[in-house]
Amino acid sequence: MNHPINLYILVMFAVTYLIRALPITLIRRRIKSPFLQSFLYYVPYVTLAVMTFPAIIESTQTPVSGLLALAAGISAAWFGASLFQVASLCCGVVLIAEFFLV
Amino acid sequence: MKQKTQSVPWSHGKAFRDGVKDGIPIGLGYFAVAFALGVAAKDAGLSPVQGFFASILCLASAGEYAGFTVIAATAPLYEMALITLIINARYLLMSTAISQKLATDISPLHRLGVAYFITDEIFAIETKQPGELDPWYTYGAGVVAAPLWALGTALGILVGNLMPLRLVSALSVALFGMFLAVIIPPARKERVVLGLVIVSFAASYACSRLPYLKELSSGNRIIILTVLLSSVAAILFPRKKEEEST
Repeated sequence: MNHPINLYILVMFAVTYLIRALPITLIRRRIKSPFLQSFLYYVPYVTLAVMTFPAIIESTQTPVSGLLALAAGISAAWFGASLFQVASLCCGVVLIAEFFLV
Repeated sequence: MKQKTQSVPWSHGKAFRDGVKDGIPIGLGYFAVAFALGVAAKDAGLSPVQGFFASILCLASAGEYAGFTVIAATAPLYEMALITLIINARYLLMSTAISQKLATDISPLHRLGVAYFITDEIFAIETKQPGELDPWYTYGAGVVAAPLWALGTALGILVGNLMPLRLVSALSVALFGMFLAVIIPPARKERVVLGLVIVSFAASYACSRLPYLKELSSGNRIIILTVLLSSVAAILFPRKKEEEST
């Protein structure tokens, strides 16, 4: 099985794009079912929360710095910091924390 | 942003500029993560140009990483298709959610365009947009973030091992910070969302630690928990019609 790498990339692209394109092009009307409406409203929050934790403490050099970034990020977002501010704060916290921890 | 309004010939200019602005932190986070991805791509035998195109075409971190391991193993093509499908299946949910955020009469071309940029991070900032989503907002974010993702991958293939670990570690949390900026403000406003976020954190942690459950790939964990927890929330706390349009 020695396919050229470009062929692999093409297959990866085709599958990835189809997954993204099918629902958004096929579902053109507003979904009426109250269950599905509620379900779709909650989807982003669950997805993003699940992706954030525990991944954030696994992506840093030590779990502690990730945990500190999580706490700082939650507090900043709670008190209304912008997307950019929260993201930079998290980076800064890890940078400073790991200066002492690692 | 400063006063630069004169350079806006079309009515979607503001949405586009907002997208660019929100796309910058995404792009910077991408750039750092793509470096690490580039190392995996190099191991799989990709040239910097191939890495650039793989990334600009696929815009998928975990998906691409898995794809590169398939290439490295010179596995059959159907395996590439299958693994890509499984790892990226969460985009089916995101694509469905975005379909409800677009104006119903928007052209199919815009749907295909917005679909191209459905990534975890761009989906996150789209969610944050009030009301209907202007596709130009997505394009603004995409034209900043996507090239940085692809460039990061190519550079990672070229010089991946030169970036100090300390910096990679710090930059890698930028994306999680953005997720927090999206989910926390609504959690403050709505008790149900707050509860849901806490339960999601706990469940995700449990799934990554408990025997058997921890064997799940992170892609599958995301899908299973999303479907399960969102369904339970939708049954216990159905939303009223009026709230939907806000």
